[in-house]
Amino acid sequence: MSALDLARWQFAVTTLYHFLFVPVTIGLAWFVAGFQTAWYRTRDERWLRVARFFGKLFLINFALGVVTGIVQEFQFGMNWSAYSRYVGDIFGAPLAMEALAAFFLESTFLGLWIFGWDRLKPKAHLATIWLVAVGTTASAYFILAANSWMQHPVGYRLNPVTHRAEMTSIAQVLTNSTLIRAFGHTIAAAGLTASMLVLAVAAWHLRARSPQAGLFEPVARIALWATLATAVFTILIGHTQAQLMTKQQPMKMAGAEALYTTQNGANFSLFDIGPWQKYPSKSLVSIHLPHLLSVLADNSWNGRVEGINDLQAQAVQRYGPGNYRPIVGVDYWTFRIMTGLGFLAALLAAGGLLLARRPGRLAGSARFLRLAVWGAAIPLAANLAGWLFTEMGRQPWVVQGLLLTKDAVSPTVGPWSVGLTLAGFTLLYGVLAVVEGLLMVRAAKAGPEQPGSLTAAGADTLPDALPVLSY
Amino acid sequence: MLLANTHGYWNLQSFWFLLIAILWIGYFVLEGFDFGVGILQRLLGRSEAERGTLIKTIGPVWDGNEVWLLTAGGATFAAFPTWYATTFSAFYLALFLVLLGLIVRGVAIEYRNKRTDPAWRARWDWVLAVSSALPALLWGVAFSDFVKGVPIDAHGTFTGNLLDLLGPYALFGGLTTLALFTFHGALFLSLRTTGELEQRARRVALRLAYPAALLVLGFLWWTYANARSMHDKGLVPGIVPLAAMALPFAAGIFARAGRTGWAFFATALSIALVTATLFLNLYPRVLVSSTSNDNSLTIFTTSSSHYTLTVMSIVALVLTPVVLAYQAWTYWVFRARLGGEEVGTPLEALARSPLGSEH
Repeated sequence: MSALDLARWQFAVTTLYHFLFVPVTIGLAWFVAGFQTAWYRTRDERWLRVARFFGKLFLINFALGVVTGIVQEFQFGMNWSAYSRYVGDIFGAPLAMEALAAFFLESTFLGLWIFGWDRLKPKAHLATIWLVAVGTTASAYFILAANSWMQHPVGYRLNPVTHRAEMTSIAQVLTNSTLIRAFGHTIAAAGLTASMLVLAVAAWHLRARSPQAGLFEPVARIALWATLATAVFTILIGHTQAQLMTKQQPMKMAGAEALYTTQNGANFSLFDIGPWQKYPSKSLVSIHLPHLLSVLADNSWNGRVEGINDLQAQAVQRYGPGNYRPIVGVDYWTFRIMTGLGFLAALLAAGGLLLARRPGRLAGSARFLRLAVWGAAIPLAANLAGWLFTEMGRQPWVVQGLLLTKDAVSPTVGPWSVGLTLAGFTLLYGVLAVVEGLLMVRAAKAGPEQPGSLTAAGADTLPDALPVLSY
Repeated sequence: MLLANTHGYWNLQSFWFLLIAILWIGYFVLEGFDFGVGILQRLLGRSEAERGTLIKTIGPVWDGNEVWLLTAGGATFAAFPTWYATTFSAFYLALFLVLLGLIVRGVAIEYRNKRTDPAWRARWDWVLAVSSALPALLWGVAFSDFVKGVPIDAHGTFTGNLLDLLGPYALFGGLTTLALFTFHGALFLSLRTTGELEQRARRVALRLAYPAALLVLGFLWWTYANARSMHDKGLVPGIVPLAAMALPFAAGIFARAGRTGWAFFATALSIALVTATLFLNLYPRVLVSSTSNDNSLTIFTTSSSHYTLTVMSIVALVLTPVVLAYQAWTYWVFRARLGGEEVGTPLEALARSPLGSEH
């Protein structure tokens, strides 16, 4: 394999892995802040136990999100130095802002939250977790600003002397139409991820009739509503994103719909199979609904939607000879997995809420509770599919229309170096995933602290820990 | 040859060079003692509980301290993309090892207490010691190379390999940061603990004082000799390296006299001035070429556009004071010393607090 292929694999492995933890961190921060606020307002100790319990899960997850995040910042320079030189003038700015505005905020106030239970007044302590939530969310905004610029470059000019992209308007970079929608979609998806995790944990305790089960009835109900709301928001914002993408990155959307030729009143694909090639030029089997794609993409019955083959011909005219198609199968299926799982999540929540209308039915339905436990995997899988779609669908470009991925890789780093670090990260990440998974499951099953046993020690000790000498 | 600075000092590039130097200084001063605590907790803590107390001294702050590194990286990317790109791809395997160290030690600190099993905790404590020593050593190696130079051709492309990064001067620099950070960490621990732990930390600090001081002395003398032989003494005013050399000795004397606070302040200042010496020696270069000084990367050949630098300057000037204020406040909140027998009080905090007492 070439250094380019290995560097792409490395980016995929490290970024997808990082993004297992990020949405949980963002979403769970808001949940913990909400539960702690409920305690602060009602002074009902049960909310405090719930807040600290989910805080514990939050911390186990947060640790891996943080340490794998350092790799993210470093690998642009390490594996993609040509990219970094070309776009650094624009791309570096949101990254630096993220560190200064978001990372300091979340890390400092999280330290205060963990260790500050007996050192801060309750109101100040409550403020720390809200600031953590704001910090994690702000971080998403800045990093998506950087990514959105790769999807839809704005506020720049090409310097003819240095052959680099240079920023001309930070305002345009930070208000990119792509960014606004990507941010809404990502935050809603993060909320969905955390909601389904909270639901899964609550469902496990209800089903196991654990001693703490009573605590989890209201939690399950909140999580069901949150799941429904965030799933609907994710889908709706995703829909507006897709409409925008049809204009900004038509090739990506054409691939997602396996639409090969430009159509007026385009068909929406229910199921397509093409020849076993990376870049086929037609489908073998296609089951579709007439006109629906035009309605979805353009809000019109006979709207024109461009197809892969025509877009490829246009791109050759514009950029010169070359292949400007993404791998159609990957584009098509990741898009369908993502959207399908989003609807599945909404359906599951709606089903749960129907059950929950009568008291006791939810806690009594072993079948639904088991589904809800496994449901935690739905948004995680959808998140990964979503990023694969976004990034693979943009290929062969690393910056849409400006820079090809093959021209972005570090020229001085050989395949052995990239291969070694790829193997190293994959191995380490694999081990850490096992450790993290076991800790999460253990902490989730152990449940909240018993009434009256709360310690200053705070949220990072498990309840089975020694009561003394541990924090 | 002496690289002429034809641009003067009053430009945005110089401002960002200064800012990045300050970020690295902040990172080394703060994470320096984090590394030291990580390295020393195996040695100083005789029981699992004692090690827990030692690690707890950095528990609330280590992550915030590490953000200084992320900010230095982000600032370099934004203000000097070519500096960031060339350096990070040239120091590829070294940075990979640093990353492994930083990943593993973050996990070790956060996960050791997640189970009560003593074997689990003992394993993580070993992992923490090794993974703290690795970056403490490698940062010294990398910064020595920045100053001493690595093979860079006329196109600004790195042409060397890993062995070019591991010369005797660079390895000496690595040992220096390792010793200085460990000394710094020992003083931090003796400030932040009580009783037997405080005594032990102080004894180790005293034993580390002279080796660390001599290494700093040797390293800066070597740096000066390099600079002279390359005729690029640059801007280094004598007082900065001289003070950096003298301060670890002063720290040893303060520690012996029981003035631990002053001793810690002296190592902190020494770390700051050693880092400042290297940056002053570099200016206006950012990465020296050992092939030919004409190939060295400078702040003027690697910087972003004037517009980007202006935008980032405004952002930095607005946000930095806020960040400094709340980080300082964190240290104030957690200023109390921790004893070996510290008990997590069955939460009187909640009982004591006006809210908790009502039910």
